[in-house]
Amino acid sequence: MSAPTDTRPKDEVLALGGQLATFWLDGDLYGVEVAHVQEVLRSQSLTRVPLAPAAVAGLINLRGQVVTAIELRERLGRPPRPEGTDAVVIVVRLRGEAVSLLVDAIADVVDVDPADFEAPPDTLDGTARDLIRGAFKLDGQLLLALDVHKAVSA
Amino acid sequence: MDGLDDIVEEFLVESHENLDQLDTDLVALEQEPNSRERLSSIFRTIHTIKGTSGFLAFNRLEEVAHVGENMLSRLRDGALDLTPARTSVLLRMVDTVRSLLASIEASGGEGNVDVSDVVAAISAAMEDRPAESPVEAAVVEAPVVQAPVAEVPAEEPVVEAPVAETPAMPAPRPAPAAETPEAESAPAAADAGARRAVADSTIRVDVDLLDELMLLVGELVLTRNQIVQYVGRSNDTDLVRASQRLNLIASELQEGVMKTRMQPIDHIWSKLPRVVRDLGIQCGKSVRLEMEGKDTELDKTLLEAVKDPLTHLVRNSVDHGIETPDRRREAGKPAEGVLTLRAKHESGQVVVEVADDGAGIDPARIGAKAVERGLVTDAQLARMSPTDVLQMIFLPGFSTAAAVTNVSGRGVGMDVVKTNIESIGGTIEVESVAGTGTVCRLRIPLTLAIVPALTVECAGDRYAIPQISLQELVSLDAEKAANAVEEVGGAPVYRLRGELLPLVRLTDVLGLTSDRHDGHVVIAVLRSEGRRFGLVVDRVINTEEIVVKAVGGQLKAIGLYSGATVLGDGTVALILDVQALARRALRTESAERQEARVAAAVAAADTESQRERMLLAAIGGGRRVAIPLDTVTRLEQVRLENVERVGNREVVQYRGAILPIVRLDRHLGAYGEADRDVLEVIVYSDHGRSVAIVVEEILDIVDGEAAIRSDIEDMGLLGSAVLGDKVTELLDVRAAILAADPAFYSTTTTSTPHGVAASLLEV
Repeated sequence: MSAPTDTRPKDEVLALGGQLATFWLDGDLYGVEVAHVQEVLRSQSLTRVPLAPAAVAGLINLRGQVVTAIELRERLGRPPRPEGTDAVVIVVRLRGEAVSLLVDAIADVVDVDPADFEAPPDTLDGTARDLIRGAFKLDGQLLLALDVHKAVSA
Repeated sequence: MDGLDDIVEEFLVESHENLDQLDTDLVALEQEPNSRERLSSIFRTIHTIKGTSGFLAFNRLEEVAHVGENMLSRLRDGALDLTPARTSVLLRMVDTVRSLLASIEASGGEGNVDVSDVVAAISAAMEDRPAESPVEAAVVEAPVVQAPVAEVPAEEPVVEAPVAETPAMPAPRPAPAAETPEAESAPAAADAGARRAVADSTIRVDVDLLDELMLLVGELVLTRNQIVQYVGRSNDTDLVRASQRLNLIASELQEGVMKTRMQPIDHIWSKLPRVVRDLGIQCGKSVRLEMEGKDTELDKTLLEAVKDPLTHLVRNSVDHGIETPDRRREAGKPAEGVLTLRAKHESGQVVVEVADDGAGIDPARIGAKAVERGLVTDAQLARMSPTDVLQMIFLPGFSTAAAVTNVSGRGVGMDVVKTNIESIGGTIEVESVAGTGTVCRLRIPLTLAIVPALTVECAGDRYAIPQISLQELVSLDAEKAANAVEEVGGAPVYRLRGELLPLVRLTDVLGLTSDRHDGHVVIAVLRSEGRRFGLVVDRVINTEEIVVKAVGGQLKAIGLYSGATVLGDGTVALILDVQALARRALRTESAERQEARVAAAVAAADTESQRERMLLAAIGGGRRVAIPLDTVTRLEQVRLENVERVGNREVVQYRGAILPIVRLDRHLGAYGEADRDVLEVIVYSDHGRSVAIVVEEILDIVDGEAAIRSDIEDMGLLGSAVLGDKVTELLDVRAAILAADPAFYSTTTTSTPHGVAASLLEV
């Protein structure tokens, strides 16, 4: 998934988007471009894939289509989801292929103003830095813009 | 179209399409008369029509196309300028071609479409003369042309003309030629009733669209399966009835959509007569190619995939299988060899045979070669049936050396053929009778999208194994497993009918922990690339037809899964890539061969300690005999009416050979039942010779280890022992075989140097 979109200036992509579908993950609010999101599902039964990268949580049956599920907590280097809480599945469609992201909870679709955008702080490190393009400064909350192409290339 | 040849039909469809394009091109050409590109394209179209019509002997069509081509080539070369008059003539030519095609379509011939006018008009236009009398005559006679040809503006003046009778033309533009076939063909068309024109009855569809449909139908079938499964538990009769209808419709739809991708095998066969002819001449052989079942259809992708292997087999047959005319005459066969291609549908598969009546393959020589190359041991070879020996020509190690070709007349690239066929889920086998010929049989699935698979459970998850790699299943209870699963240098093996089967635990490969703790062992015996191994799984669930789904890039990279599927209950299961599994789990071939040698030694040692396995059989009169399992090649049933006589011996035809029979009851002086309809037969083969030992009933297979032996001997016996709580006679196999075929050992004296006892000790 070496994506051509990755080479575009970040601000341009976001300026085009304008709307982000947001979700919660380990207490933080993240957003992905609405255009990429195909659907959101309640928790699904997962078929694990032995020997797959750790971030691959398994496979789900999306109306007969087999879709890989990426555990976003693992991908962003966050602790595993507490026992007893179900993940929410966000199905994104990238270049014709459906991939799903496991997150904690879904939130609103938010209109973002490119003027509020700021690059990730220098203190952010590790894998998370590669996957987060920056933050939108909303009222009382930071919205982290997820680079969905990189996030699914686990 | 019933009366029409396939070729003509294709020609018509193609030409109609081209002609439509031609109209557009010609008109556009007027706007930009210097466009080389367009002129070339028009030229090519007419050239194609000319060529094909000449080939199909449509002379008038050819004539029209020919003058048209002449004019176009001069236009293209710049020798002529394109004037509106010339464009009109060209359009007229197109129309004439069209009416000729319509006539061919309606009646199969050119009818009485007159082409001389158009030909003259074109010639005149080329000379730049004004249109001469024949042209004018044509114009006058033509009922539908409103303006003299020379002055027609290029904008297709004839389009509006009302020709209601035009029977079968796709775009009902009237031909300006005076005597179009309309009047004549109209009744014919009326007879045909609603018969559609060729071009209207076919439609070109993007293969991607068909693939998508196929995919959707796959989903539908899965959903259907789920619903049927669910409804099966319900008592609602209406629901049950509706689900049965759904079941039927879904099956029919699946079949229908699959058919859209089907093409007759003739598409790839049609190139073979040439191959055979050329190769025959090259090798100085005379070969006749016969084809049966040309119209057998299979999926387009599969058709492409079998093209090369099939060509390879045909080349092989001509090159190595069929002998030179001299050799054939010496062998008392007609000088001309016959190569037969057969295709047919058989239980959901397509069977394609390449059969020749050539020299055949000698299993003994194949066997010798395989031993020499270290592919099998002598002992393994001795236990193989001639058919199994032949299949060794597909082993990878077998094909590399040219020497094999000298030995067997076969072999170069056969492993590649096999790999190709297996990659599309097919199988290949070879049958041969020395002196009379060879048959290579391909079994190809009808489609790739849906494959039969075995579902197994491992560490709580389900996995699918394509049936094509599966040979058999072995289930061992805890007690048996403790003994039966042995170790050779730390590697687990299982003794499957005397042969060591390397075992691979799926849990180990996948890095999981088995949740089966009761000691049971379930082994799926798999074959990949000529190697056999046992995959240990927790449980076998079911066999079902699965729809193969691609998995994402991340999962493909793991290299263990060939895809995923959705099972009947909606859960996702990974499909194991058996070839990758084998490559990953089994060590290199040479190491394996070494292992095999060690194993053979171990097995030999075991046999010496009398731990051999025995086949128990009843021979009548309450007597039981034990026969060492090593000497048993196959168990068969033979119908009494198939037993024939040679002198005072009984024989039966078996796999193309004559098999001498020994009846054990008579041989040992027991009195069995009067003749039964079906004889239980134990076949013993060695070095290409076989005998059949008839017993009354096959009872069991036991370990001879616990046997208590006595030395009470009788004719034909080695002694007796207590096996399975009953006294059992130990058969002197050698004596029994000699009774059936006195010459059996004469060719193989070296293999049993120590006489009688050797037949028991032989491994």
